[in-house]
Amino acid sequence: MNYLKNMNKTTRSNMVTYLMVIVAFVIVQGMIATGSISSSLKGQLVPICAYVVMAISLNLTVGILGELSLGHAGFMSAGAFSGVVAAQCFSQNIDNPVIVLILAMIVGGIVAAIVGVLVGVPVLRLSGDYLAIVTLAFGEIIKGIVMNLYVGLDAAGLHFCMIKNTLEMDGGKMLINGPMGLIGVPRIATFVMGFVLVMVCLFVIFNLVNSKSGRAIMALRDNKIAAQSVGINVTSYKLMAFVISAAMAGMAGVLFATNFSTVVASKFDINTSILVLVFVVLGGLGSMRGSIIAATVLTVLPEMLREFSEYRMLVYAIVLIVMMIATNNATVKNALDGFARKFSFKKKSEKGENANG
Amino acid sequence: MEFLFNLISGISLGSIYAIIALGYTMVYGIAKMLNFAHGDVIMVGAYICFFATTRYGLNPLLGVLLSMVVCTMLGIIIERLAYKPLRQAPALAVLITAIGMSYFLQNSAQLLWSSSPKVFQSVVGKGSIKLFDGALSISFVTVVTILVCVIIMIALVTFVNKTRIGKSMRAVSEDKGAAQLMGINVNSTISLTFAIGSALAAIAGVLLCSAYPNLVPTTGAMPGIKAFTAAVFGGIGSIPGALIGGILLGIIEIFAKAYISTQLSDAIVFAVLIVVLLVKPTGLLGKKVSEKV
Repeated sequence: MNYLKNMNKTTRSNMVTYLMVIVAFVIVQGMIATGSISSSLKGQLVPICAYVVMAISLNLTVGILGELSLGHAGFMSAGAFSGVVAAQCFSQNIDNPVIVLILAMIVGGIVAAIVGVLVGVPVLRLSGDYLAIVTLAFGEIIKGIVMNLYVGLDAAGLHFCMIKNTLEMDGGKMLINGPMGLIGVPRIATFVMGFVLVMVCLFVIFNLVNSKSGRAIMALRDNKIAAQSVGINVTSYKLMAFVISAAMAGMAGVLFATNFSTVVASKFDINTSILVLVFVVLGGLGSMRGSIIAATVLTVLPEMLREFSEYRMLVYAIVLIVMMIATNNATVKNALDGFARKFSFKKKSEKGENANG
Repeated sequence: MEFLFNLISGISLGSIYAIIALGYTMVYGIAKMLNFAHGDVIMVGAYICFFATTRYGLNPLLGVLLSMVVCTMLGIIIERLAYKPLRQAPALAVLITAIGMSYFLQNSAQLLWSSSPKVFQSVVGKGSIKLFDGALSISFVTVVTILVCVIIMIALVTFVNKTRIGKSMRAVSEDKGAAQLMGINVNSTISLTFAIGSALAAIAGVLLCSAYPNLVPTTGAMPGIKAFTAAVFGGIGSIPGALIGGILLGIIEIFAKAYISTQLSDAIVFAVLIVVLLVKPTGLLGKKVSEKV
């Protein structure tokens, strides 16, 4: 207990976040063990983990680094496709699916990080809306390339080609079949692995944010010129945050893809990028806990609203607009605050009366 | 001859992008926000025109006018309800609201008009102009699209540069606070900008669906993003920039489709955008803003 009291505020807040994830995991595991979880929700568990990782990694770019990215799904796509190809190769020699998945995630993360460097070096020279549109463009380019990629695996090894399927293989199988995307994906993703990935990513981000580099990154967000004047290297720190964020998105992509037997490249388009951005903004910029909650709730919510399937996206849109106005408009905010104050005042006075009586 | 044909189709497609891009660029110039819902206003415009002409047999010209009126109202309502309360809010909040508006319009369209594709009857008569003894045939839609774009562009540049209201629009885009001190009604100027942008979106929607007749609730999404790209390409906030950006983008897209690869055309368009932005970070005609320290 004393140790808890002596911790500084940030550490305590981080611990709460870790604890929240662990408690959620234990509860869900308990529900699975007792069979009290619906099958549709059970199918959502791994995607939820993937979206949580996407949200916290994008939060690193948008909330901590302060640059708007509209192409985060592109990194997810790069990671997913390379990771699954790697998984197919590894699974020929390794039987244990957990080790295959871990290796695939590492490969997916590295490939996404390399793409992140390629995108980041030119892109981070720009700022604001220009940066947003260029990340959007990169996301679409990655999607366009992956949609025209053919990869096959046979005894001689991997075969690649673009645009038209001209692979010459003797036997073997297709891994990526152009617009049809990934086919015959080994479904090795598990909820436990998803949980581990969320924890690892949280650990990396919290430690980064509280390190010297993290403070440099946040200084860049708050005032670029001031940060530059005290000797912070703008490009290298920006790139650092951007690439770590990309690598995590790649790992999330591997987790996401290995949960389904087929995955098409158009799944990772601008709409997915925007969906993840919505998680981040609704959860609160820079708040990892908020991102986790928003990603979970907003992934589960449309499923729960299945019975109103026709109206659910409409409701979602209205909720989005109303939330933004309620949290950002000065008049509405003051009215809400005033209401809250009135309410709490009443409570106090009631207490007072009780005491007197 | 094939080259010339592709060039003209490119200019025609680019004209549609340019008209849409005008809406983006004007709104950005004045309200400093990315109006993601603009692409969906195009879709609404196309649906209104579709129902007016195909279902109720209205004169095509009246159909276009009706759809312009409806879209103008829609633009003003969207601005009043969703964007006006967020005048002072951070840019990201406004962006998310615009995205929410875009979802809202798409899903309302889906509920009202179902997601089954409608075949849009071109508002321009069928037929084509034959040049060089029939070696080159250009459809009327293509010609009308280019003409409409030129007329809109001239009208808009004159309006913004020569009239009193245009002057107040430029003033608001330059400095909102100072404009207000000079007695300009900032709110009504912003509303007017949305109205003009949305009316143009209606025209763009009708022209787009006359050339590519498949009409679904997501019709506006991709052209919207492309036109937004065009606006950035030409330098966002600049009206001539939107024209140049739009037309260049259209030409690049058609050429990439014809000579490189149909599937990779979108990727090529975006790659060109990135190259341009790296060489000129504020777009082709964008103003360079120097940072004050």
